[in-house]
Amino acid sequence: MPPIDQIIRESQIWKSIFRHPAPVDRRNRVVVMLTNFFLHLHPVSIKKQGIALSFTWCMGGITFFLFLVETVTGVLLMFYYRPTLEWAYADITALRDVASLGILREVHRWAAHAMVITVWLHMYRVFLTGSYKPPREFNWVIGVILLLLTLLLSFTGYLLPWDQLAIWAITVGSNMARATPILGHEGPGAALLTLDGIDMITNASDARFGLLGARFVGEETLNRFYVLHCIAIPLGAALLMAIHFWRIRKDGGISGPL
Amino acid sequence: MHGHNTAEFLDGVSGFIGCFYLSLAAMNATAALYLWQTGKARSYFKVAGLTITTAHLWLAVALIFTVMGGIALGGMAGLLSLPIGLRAALDNIMGPMTYTLGSLVILTVLYLGRSFFVKPIVAWAGLNLSLLFMGLSLTDYDFAQIVTKPDNVPIVAMVYLLAYFTWLSAYRAVENDKRIANGQGPLESEDDEKILVWPDLVYTELICMIVLTVVLLVWAVALQAPLEEPASAVKTPNPSKAPWYFLGLQEMLVYYDPWMAGVVLPSMVVFGLMAIPYIDFNKAGNGYYTINERKFAYLTFQFGFLVLWVTLIVMGTFLRGPNWNFFGFYETWDAHKVEALNNVDLSEYFWVRIFGVGRPQAPEGAGTLQSIGWILVRESPGIVCLIGYFAFLPPAMVLYSKFFRKMFIQMGFLRFMVLSNLILMMALLPIKMLARWSSLNMKYFISIPEYFLNF
Repeated sequence: MPPIDQIIRESQIWKSIFRHPAPVDRRNRVVVMLTNFFLHLHPVSIKKQGIALSFTWCMGGITFFLFLVETVTGVLLMFYYRPTLEWAYADITALRDVASLGILREVHRWAAHAMVITVWLHMYRVFLTGSYKPPREFNWVIGVILLLLTLLLSFTGYLLPWDQLAIWAITVGSNMARATPILGHEGPGAALLTLDGIDMITNASDARFGLLGARFVGEETLNRFYVLHCIAIPLGAALLMAIHFWRIRKDGGISGPL
Repeated sequence: MHGHNTAEFLDGVSGFIGCFYLSLAAMNATAALYLWQTGKARSYFKVAGLTITTAHLWLAVALIFTVMGGIALGGMAGLLSLPIGLRAALDNIMGPMTYTLGSLVILTVLYLGRSFFVKPIVAWAGLNLSLLFMGLSLTDYDFAQIVTKPDNVPIVAMVYLLAYFTWLSAYRAVENDKRIANGQGPLESEDDEKILVWPDLVYTELICMIVLTVVLLVWAVALQAPLEEPASAVKTPNPSKAPWYFLGLQEMLVYYDPWMAGVVLPSMVVFGLMAIPYIDFNKAGNGYYTINERKFAYLTFQFGFLVLWVTLIVMGTFLRGPNWNFFGFYETWDAHKVEALNNVDLSEYFWVRIFGVGRPQAPEGAGTLQSIGWILVRESPGIVCLIGYFAFLPPAMVLYSKFFRKMFIQMGFLRFMVLSNLILMMALLPIKMLARWSSLNMKYFISIPEYFLNF
């Protein structure tokens, strides 16, 4: 009888999934990169220095991996957590004390902190190697937006445990919006927007109200931040990441001396 | 007085501190082993027929750390502390100004002496010293309280990661600059042989993912995510802090009103970052580490990132306590610490202190336009300064500085104006900080509370 791995590899099921023999020779190592959906993000071959860790620091890849970790742990946490004033804190306490996989919350939080740091390190490396220079200018711009989205993801997630740390951090953070020029009710120029002596920008219609959904951090805010955190921002980030990765390839792969 | 029992506290931390020193010992022993095995150890001198090398040096350091670990595990962690007098002295000289200017001076020295500081032996010694400082400080109750707060642990990690990667990039840049000066290409051009992504890159990624998963799981098991009391809109914690990555912005609130610190300046940071590829016309340094070929870009970025962004976050996290007052590393966060606030607006300096007249004021019953006119007169010194700063400095830079003139010619008008205004905007923060800390006690350059327009 042939060895078991050979039987598996030659079965119809395996061959229908992987349309090539094992990547053990040069030809099939090329074919695997071209035919596998997940691997086709990569080029087939790359300059040796382009994968040297002391050059790349691997921080972009790590950030992407952390985003995937956040997605998986986040979806699992969503099964458990209810974003209402009545349940939010209780659910987090239960995750800490009784839920079997409550540790997912720790993984989610620490990976989030780590992701902020790795995004910065990735940006740092890209700057220090001058990799934003032509032809990669626009990919740097997308990267800056992704940096912003990462911070916003972390910021919106900060509120969800609904403890003292959460609401006061968000209160401090969102109080700034009150002072947005023209659009915040305590911002310069807001007084100019009056109609027949009635202020158009008040604490119930300004930028901060739009962010919080209320005059202060309350249930509306929790709901708003939950939707932003779980749906809106991840979708935007996923789209931009797809463009970011695609542009790396189209702009000539990872940078290197000309 | 502190509300804690020193002996009990030391008992609680000695296990951790002991393990900390033992891991430092392991770290140094590994380094010694590596140097010895690879033959990279440099010999220094001979004692009794034995050549003393760097491997011996790090082995000796490892032994010292082992002893220290033993002392801590034996329950005598209190012995391994900085003297109380030294801690008090450090707290005394610490303030926002010493901290920020000190960081700036240290980074400048590191930059100027980079060919010395990037040497592995120097960098390794620096790492050991900073970790030793951490260890000796961890026996201080107040220091330990802040540094080991679960949400602050990532920031400690970030500081070390940033230090490591700054060193790594500078190390490679110094090496490349040397090579380029000798007419060779950068290190990165050596390995331009093409290799297949499967298996080399794909397996690196796989290993990386496994290692990261392990790190995350260990981190999650070892450190519980913070959860405080349930949210209460009536109980305001003191200090109330934004998430750690926004603490640089919160620190700016000391110097700017929220519309600047929270809205305008962050938008400028994002805009400025996006503008970088379009204003950096220098074609050199694309795809390899270098400092000499792009000094201006390097210094500007490092000033913005390391000095203004990172050190302010570190200050906001570790050194700002109740009422956002400044506290030294070893100071108790006392909510009743009183700091004199006697800041003065520029218009008061100008009208009251210099000319000895009152600040101009609109007469009773003046119309809106008329009172705006009076406000403009009152705040004219600041307005003139600000307009001068943004409108006259960029052309003056072109006229009087050879460096900027060359830049202007190469960049063209629009690019140069964007660049110079971004840099002036960035420089405003340290200018405002200095004006506040110095004996001027400057509050606002322009103060128009009537329209929430303070600057």
